[in-house]
Amino acid sequence: MAAVIAPSSKAGAAQPAAAVAGAGHGRTVLLALAGCAVLAAVGWFAPKWLTFLVTMAAANGMVSLGIVGLMRGGVVPFGQGMMLAVGGYTAALVFNKLGFTDALGLALGGGLVATLIAAPFAPLLSRYRGIFFAMLTLALSMVTYGLLMKLEVLGGSDGFNVGRPTLLGFKLPDARVGYVMYLLTVVLATVMAVAARIYFDSTRGLVTLAVRENELRVEYLGGSVRQAMTINFILAAFCGGMGGALVVLALGHIEPNFSFWTTSGEFVFVAILAGWQSVAAVFVASTVLEVVRSFSSAYFPNTWQLALGLFLLFVIRFLPKGIGSLWMKGNTR
Amino acid sequence: MTYLLEAKGLEKRFGAVVAASAVNISVKAGERVSLIGSNGAGKTTFVNMITGYLKPDTGRITLGGQDITPLDPRAITRLGVARSFQIPQLYGDLTALDNMLVANACHDQKLSFWQPARRPAAIARAEQLLERFGLIEHRGRRVAELPGGVRKLLDIAMALTGSPQLLLLDEPTSGVSAEEKFPMMATIMGALGQEASTTVLFVEHDMDIVERHASRVIAFYAGRVIADDTPAVALATDDVRRYVTGELLAE
Repeated sequence: MAAVIAPSSKAGAAQPAAAVAGAGHGRTVLLALAGCAVLAAVGWFAPKWLTFLVTMAAANGMVSLGIVGLMRGGVVPFGQGMMLAVGGYTAALVFNKLGFTDALGLALGGGLVATLIAAPFAPLLSRYRGIFFAMLTLALSMVTYGLLMKLEVLGGSDGFNVGRPTLLGFKLPDARVGYVMYLLTVVLATVMAVAARIYFDSTRGLVTLAVRENELRVEYLGGSVRQAMTINFILAAFCGGMGGALVVLALGHIEPNFSFWTTSGEFVFVAILAGWQSVAAVFVASTVLEVVRSFSSAYFPNTWQLALGLFLLFVIRFLPKGIGSLWMKGNTR
Repeated sequence: MTYLLEAKGLEKRFGAVVAASAVNISVKAGERVSLIGSNGAGKTTFVNMITGYLKPDTGRITLGGQDITPLDPRAITRLGVARSFQIPQLYGDLTALDNMLVANACHDQKLSFWQPARRPAAIARAEQLLERFGLIEHRGRRVAELPGGVRKLLDIAMALTGSPQLLLLDEPTSGVSAEEKFPMMATIMGALGQEASTTVLFVEHDMDIVERHASRVIAFYAGRVIADDTPAVALATDDVRRYVTGELLAE
């Protein structure tokens, strides 16, 4: 306590402020570009099953990124599957009904439509926390599932297939369609990851962290908790919608199960596995889930969920703050 | 005479409990006013009504002539009212510097999706305030690890981020040992001294601190104002000596 009233010392002053702010994003972008380049190179030589696995991991990782954005504000949605489905059905319907086949455009369109669908619900959901927020989002997701199951025009319970997309006006060659989708998904995931990191480090991102810890003080400092949560929900919808569109284009199929609550649960699993501090950890966690799911399905086809559950228990026990805590030690960003 | 803060005819009940009754208070800009009274006298209720956390049952509160009675805490904060809390309301997982940056961000009318929260200008402003409160050496430490007195000072420093015209301090020295109260209050008032235009209302139980730092004392009892004068006069009234300091009871 004596330190409180003693003359302050500049000992322990941190690095220059300019270095803190300016170099951070520059380094993030460089690392992201490097990572993207490495993945692009590795993917060229990798077997098709591996590029498909990483494609799904990257696309699903985008969906989970939206959940992490909300977790930073202290809420966990159990309805991100709805955004996945909206984005996926948007891409599939535009592809089949309108004949627009550009993969990049479909991905962006999926994100945009999911955002438009989420926007009216966001102000309502921003009022709720904890289990109420989770249940409301789950309810929306299940209502969507119910509608998709009933609507025959959308394929009903079977869904429908999606053909091979094009990219920037070019038809994708048979031999390399998987690699091109892999490359597109990795590039978009990289862009989303960098954008997420910039947002998390922004003034809005910091206020979101504050909302997580003490909403009352945020209001008494002049910040708006509802605005923060509303925006985060809308941004999460965009992530989910874009990811959903890419998943559908990679799979070539869409069905109502995308909106089922267990699908949403898997994205929550990835978010918990990753933790809310590191963006890169989200994609690492998504890849881990895909690997665990693939190998468990191959070698333990009837009990792969058991393997998944055991893995989750292991992570919660030994890495309660997620994979990201391994390299974000002491950093509360 | 123009008053910065005017409260007229405030009434507030919680069932049978009278938290405020016929409260009429006018505060001029630049005043240092101490609110005193026993527990449950209505001091914090008054502070909560000014900051919008509670709405009076009847009565009106104006700030610079503007009626703020129906406004929510955020709107009142944006008009230039800030408060600290008896139990510091901080962000424990964040560092002291980040707590200040949160305050800086919240005061920003144009929050950004990409402008770094930890940009040079914001950090400089935050460090300036930390320096003023003697907290600069704690800038990189998690708030949850900080001692209670440091957390109190940080709570007040955060309230000053927006350069408020009215600052409400709710028991700034509560929970602090007797020997540390005076240096802490001196630190607070020294830091506030650089914000000469800021009007300060502080809730306090220690009459020595009140006498030393307040230019005016408002005493509460059972929701009513029982004294409103300079410290020397107010603390000498029979009602204050009976219901607040307990001197008459002792005699």
